Amino acid sequence: MWNPIEGAPREELEKLQAKRLRDTVERVYHLVPFYRKKFDEIGIKPAHIKSVGDLKDLPFTTKQDLRDHYPFGLFTVPMDQVVRIHSSSGTTGKPTVVGYTAYDMGVWKEVMARTMSMMNVGPGDVVHNAYGYGLFTGGLGFHYGAEEVGAAVVPSSGGFTKRQLLLMKDFGATVLCSTPSFALHLAEVARDEGYDLKKDFKIRAGFFGAEPASEGLRNALRDAWGLVYIEAYGLSEIIGPGVASGCPYGNLHIFEDHFIPEVIDTDTGEVLPDGEEGELVFTTVTKQALPIIRYRTKDITVLHRQPCKCGRTITIMESVKGRADDMLIVNGVNVFPSQVEHVLTKLEGVTPNYVIVLDKKGVLDKLEVWVEVDDRTFADGIGALESLKTKLQQEMLNDLYINVRVKLVEPKTLERSMGKAKRIIDKREAEGLKS
Amino acid sequence: MIKKYGIKQLSIFLENRKGRLLEVTEALKDASINIRALALAESAEFGILRLVVNNPEKAKSVLSASGFTLKEQDVFAVEVADEPGSFYKVVKLLTENDINVDYTYAFVGDAKKAVLIFKVPSEMLAKALEALDKGGVTLVEPMFFYD
Repeated sequence: MWNPIEGAPREELEKLQAKRLRDTVERVYHLVPFYRKKFDEIGIKPAHIKSVGDLKDLPFTTKQDLRDHYPFGLFTVPMDQVVRIHSSSGTTGKPTVVGYTAYDMGVWKEVMARTMSMMNVGPGDVVHNAYGYGLFTGGLGFHYGAEEVGAAVVPSSGGFTKRQLLLMKDFGATVLCSTPSFALHLAEVARDEGYDLKKDFKIRAGFFGAEPASEGLRNALRDAWGLVYIEAYGLSEIIGPGVASGCPYGNLHIFEDHFIPEVIDTDTGEVLPDGEEGELVFTTVTKQALPIIRYRTKDITVLHRQPCKCGRTITIMESVKGRADDMLIVNGVNVFPSQVEHVLTKLEGVTPNYVIVLDKKGVLDKLEVWVEVDDRTFADGIGALESLKTKLQQEMLNDLYINVRVKLVEPKTLERSMGKAKRIIDKREAEGLKS
Repeated sequence: MIKKYGIKQLSIFLENRKGRLLEVTEALKDASINIRALALAESAEFGILRLVVNNPEKAKSVLSASGFTLKEQDVFAVEVADEPGSFYKVVKLLTENDINVDYTYAFVGDAKKAVLIFKVPSEMLAKALEALDKGGVTLVEPMFFYD
């Protein structure tokens, strides 16, 4: 255990949470007009909040709120104290922005070190980090965790599968950090290239997150690499990866001395008791640049508060079971159908009639957008149609941060092939996994 | 000149899907429309079928009603001797007058003559017709194609 608080008696933990929560509420009330207004509207003063149980009286914060205050409207510190800005693609054009002070970076390193410590990663370990580096918090989050525990980190980022395998073998990587689908893709390419996975590689642990993984996929990774599967959970609005981490017993522990979880009924907003399924909500209680009160993650899960065999007493969340909205996860990147629609409507002349088709290319996700060509948009030339297609693909890459394949189709094809006006076809589940 | 020599061509957007070409031709057959000239351009995923027919108005309404995406545009046709160098002569005239050719297709009319169809950017159409007329090329009137 990296920090004894992870296994502290509940009373001690809740006392610490209550103190931190009170400080955070004072902070946002006095520093962010958005929170002050919302608190005043329902007649809540910071003094009302005494314990974690009082959290239920505070208003929720949503992704829309972050967008409405783009870029820095919800920050509680002047910009000269911000040392890092990350962003994820927004739902309709504008990205979601998160900021960190030096103190926040310390918190991030701490929770990522706790994650790494789930498998006693430390000096002597070589951590191969294949999460994307850049605006996405995944890459740098794991990077800090590995450095914090004293391991050697190989910041390979995504792509270049064959080169990654060469480095993993030659550098003697012992830990792999990536999306689960990329880890399986690595295993399949390794086999095709003639590697003997268990002889040529020394991967003993894998930290997998950013997308859901079925039990079948987890087992496939355990079998292929001979590793212990550790689930990583996080979201940039809260801190990035490091909000919760799996332990060797397979329980996903929330680092709730920093991020207080609740599960609510997504329709009524009522807090649900432990053991009941609902939408996960987080309140950060140590963040400085962007503290966030009761953030609705839209992730559906169940909380359990009982001690784990690993010795931790902090709350356990089940693996995310689904979403309370229409967000799609494509190779670890979050995509909203509204983003696709936004790109189509902003390009003059393009009909917003479209279907999003998600499929697998090997083990990786493939996103296609089928766009109808009607009499108005139909340019009589292969070149003109190809350039329309290319332009749409570029715009989607720019707005969604992922490669989208655009396919131009005839009008009414969509209804014809799908039966009714259905915007999203997800074929990924049905396909199953190649063993 | 455009009024006199402009020929209505229908361009139809086709997905590369089994049976799609059959459906277009079937719709035309059922409406007793005769195809006078055609060309098919294709890319990996879709194609464009270009047709000159005996009754463009009727063809347009039949195909629209069948749910095809189409575009009607003016092209022009020239009649040349069916012998080496005829196509060259027409292209040379267009080039000398700085006229871009979007695409062209041809068919042999009778034993001695060939008919060439040209699509040029619409803003260059009038200039092209004048240049060819002045250069002694025989322009074909739409009546040759229509009923």
